[in-house]
Amino acid sequence: SAAVQVSSVMRSTNKSQQRGDKYSVLLPTYNERENLPLIIWLLVKYFGDSGYDFEIIVIDDGSPDGTLQVAEQLQKIYGEDRILLRPRAKKLGLGTAYIHGIQHATGNFVIIMDADLSHHPKFIPRFIEKQKEGGYDLVSGTRYRGDGGVYGWDLRRKLISRGANFLTQVLLRPGASDLTGSFRLYKKEVLERLVERCVSKGYVFQMEMIVRARQLGYSVGEVPISFVDRVYGESKLGGNEIVSFVKGLLTLFATT
Amino acid sequence: MTKLLEWLLGVSFVGIAWGLVTFDLLDLQLPSVCKEVAWPIPVYLLVVFGCYSLATVGYRVATFNDCEDAAKELQAQIKEAKEDLKQKGLKM
Repeated sequence: SAAVQVSSVMRSTNKSQQRGDKYSVLLPTYNERENLPLIIWLLVKYFGDSGYDFEIIVIDDGSPDGTLQVAEQLQKIYGEDRILLRPRAKKLGLGTAYIHGIQHATGNFVIIMDADLSHHPKFIPRFIEKQKEGGYDLVSGTRYRGDGGVYGWDLRRKLISRGANFLTQVLLRPGASDLTGSFRLYKKEVLERLVERCVSKGYVFQMEMIVRARQLGYSVGEVPISFVDRVYGESKLGGNEIVSFVKGLLTLFATT
Repeated sequence: MTKLLEWLLGVSFVGIAWGLVTFDLLDLQLPSVCKEVAWPIPVYLLVVFGCYSLATVGYRVATFNDCEDAAKELQAQIKEAKEDLKQKGLKM
């Protein structure tokens, strides 16, 4: 069975090399010393198994916990062609992190995901297959459809998430089931155009990206994903997040 | 057209149709049954929409997948990754 596996890897390697597709993974980090080696190990594993050409761009915003030093070690292990370090001096927000990352990306596709292990790299080959299948401009992971789901959420969190999603679907009719998720694959030029236009912060940024994508007539494919809430570190959903989400939603409602 | 405008347009369309029938603004001499049915319709619509929303959100919360297996798989892979990275010389 090892031989079968090897030959299937070689086949898919040939396939993607023929097409010349390359996938740049953008990993914005802030205090992810624990998670970064693990996410990179998983990325290398799944890209290796599926044979697609890839690079990982780590955009560290001056983490005080030494994330960058860990990233440098990982670069030595996996090579400078696979792991690119493009740090910034301080925390400057997600939108600019993507712009910064895209500038250094050599792939024709860009994958964005969280570095905290809530997004599992095993889904990336499915994103890629989905994209090829329909020629989509972007493929979005969804927690709300098919086998998709979450781990580590209590009833309150689920209720807020489903309620917010329902409200958004009613108000914006965006044609995508998961708007606040941030595990997505974009054609590079599509991501460039979208990032230019998006001004929101936090959860709303991801939502605006997909709403604007629809507005500009881009096609959106979806892949069910399981979202495993932060293994290390904390994730919070407080009143502030909810208020800024509602504000952002209403802004999009009135302007798009 | 923004989504807000679409909504305003839709709501005013329904509102106008409702007003025309309820107050017989066009003097169509509609039978009184029409009026009696028409006047509480906005409230009915609101109640129906409210019920639909509660039922939908409730159902979706109840059927939200708990990905226990995904969490277990990840934990196992984390262990494997840590051992492998240690071998490759990573110092945490």
